[in-house]
Amino acid sequence: MSCRSSEFRLQVRQGRPVPFDAELSCRGGEVLALVGPSGSGKSTLLRMIAGLSRPASGSIRCGERPWFDAQTGVNLSPQQRRVGYVPQHYGLFPHLSALANVEAGLGHLPRGQRARHARTWLEKVHLDGLASRRPAELSGGQQQRVALARALAREPSILLLDEPFSAVDRATRETLYGELAELKQELVLPVVMVTHDLTEALLLADRMSLLDQGRTLQTGVPHEVMARPVSAVAARLMGLRNVFGGRLIEHDAAADRSWIGIGGLRLASRYRPEFAPGKPLDCVLPDGAIRLPGITDRALPDGPNRVELSLVRLLPMGEEVRIDARLPGVEAMLHFQVSARLTEVLRLSPGGSVPAVLREDRLHLMAPP
Amino acid sequence: MDWQALRLTLQLGAVTVLLLLPAALFAGRGLAYGRFRGRAVVEALLAVPLVLPPTVVGYYLLVGLGGRSPIGQWIEGLTGAPLVFHFSGLVVASLIVNIPFAVQPIQRAFETIPDEVRDAAACCGMGFWRTLLRVELPLAWPGVLTGLVLTFAHTLGEFGVVLMVGGSIPGETKTVAIAIYDRVQAFDFRSAGQMSLLLLLFSVTVLATATALGQRYGRRRVLPQL
Repeated sequence: MSCRSSEFRLQVRQGRPVPFDAELSCRGGEVLALVGPSGSGKSTLLRMIAGLSRPASGSIRCGERPWFDAQTGVNLSPQQRRVGYVPQHYGLFPHLSALANVEAGLGHLPRGQRARHARTWLEKVHLDGLASRRPAELSGGQQQRVALARALAREPSILLLDEPFSAVDRATRETLYGELAELKQELVLPVVMVTHDLTEALLLADRMSLLDQGRTLQTGVPHEVMARPVSAVAARLMGLRNVFGGRLIEHDAAADRSWIGIGGLRLASRYRPEFAPGKPLDCVLPDGAIRLPGITDRALPDGPNRVELSLVRLLPMGEEVRIDARLPGVEAMLHFQVSARLTEVLRLSPGGSVPAVLREDRLHLMAPP
Repeated sequence: MDWQALRLTLQLGAVTVLLLLPAALFAGRGLAYGRFRGRAVVEALLAVPLVLPPTVVGYYLLVGLGGRSPIGQWIEGLTGAPLVFHFSGLVVASLIVNIPFAVQPIQRAFETIPDEVRDAAACCGMGFWRTLLRVELPLAWPGVLTGLVLTFAHTLGEFGVVLMVGGSIPGETKTVAIAIYDRVQAFDFRSAGQMSLLLLLFSVTVLATATALGQRYGRRRVLPQL
């Protein structure tokens, strides 16, 4: 593998036609996931990196080389940037065989070497034997592999993947996750992957950037971003539904603890001295933060945040049950999931109640907007 | 059978196709991919010959390119021959009335190529000409073929504009369509019938062949309708 190692940086700010305020960076060998809802500008950013779309202002740089700079007027074409780009539906040339598709990206090699080089790459993505097939004669997963081989065979400066797993079935997706994870170990170039699936980001990315309406809200290691969103907006974008407004009551530095108030409820969290007493804050409770009594011993873990939950609704979904409940003295509803078995053992039902502990180490505080 | 008129008609069709097709290729591509102000107006102007009576187009060409018009005088001064009532005038008229028949199928064919395919070509390092020749034309050729066939077939049958601009000068401007009209006027239904049947068979054969080719080789793409 001879992909080049370089660091990629992007900074885009524009008001029109689509507002953007985004900053990204990705080192060689690193996979950066761009995560956000539909219309958040993920794919447009990827197109800007590829040179297929021109930002109104900002700069894009790969290694030492400026690809785009609004101030100096530098704007390299996609051909000059030498990117490996895999669009959402792969963008394969339908009239060409798999081999010819890969060869199409090898214009920089002498004619005599192209077919051999393309075959090598088809072998690397486990498609030897299918070289003469056209895209319509290949499965979705095989098409994706051809597109990946075509993108990487060019020895690009950066690999761009736009929702690479959205057009394949679940079983194929699982296989492709494994293959990409393997391939990732060999790659030394920056990889930027657009996805709306947080699981994909967790599985494949080294870092993720959370995008909303063209703005990068947060960048970091995926599980840290998901556990510690910077704002209520970021939390909700990642599907965290238990976000409550509150205020900081007091700090207890000796116990390494801060006390917060949500409605009429007093809860302990990890010590967060950056929040001043009396000031408003947002608080997020991920699923893992809510602990009910155990199936076997029916005991609750030790902790300061013992509450009695009033059960409002129980919705069985397969082996899980989704529960809507109220915290004492809190207006907003708490949502969480438990196993159907636990629901039976604890005899949970709408209108009833159940004791719970809200884990102080998982309770995350955020500055309000 | 007026063989001279037939030869002239085929000649007119061939010249029209040869001159119009390359221009239609780039115009169709430009309209398919170009994002510019006034695109709707340009598309509407190019489609005007479809809805305007051929005699109206012919009238404006006659007035605009005739010996009394500045353009007509300039061209006559340049070439030594007038445009109207001349084969070159027929070619100009034929080019204008055939614009929508050539441009629209080609434009639709280019529009069916997914943006992702063109983006991928650019990211594969392909420049304009390589993308056009290796990706776009191999995918859009059924539309190009449709444009070619429609232009040619429409030229064979064109009557109103040809009569207005060219009159009916044997060997110069008298096409088969005019010859059929002349034969009917002279109550020579046998000749008119022969020529009509020939045009009918020719048109059906060409259209059927083009459709069959498009369906056979273009089925993996979205084929513009004939």
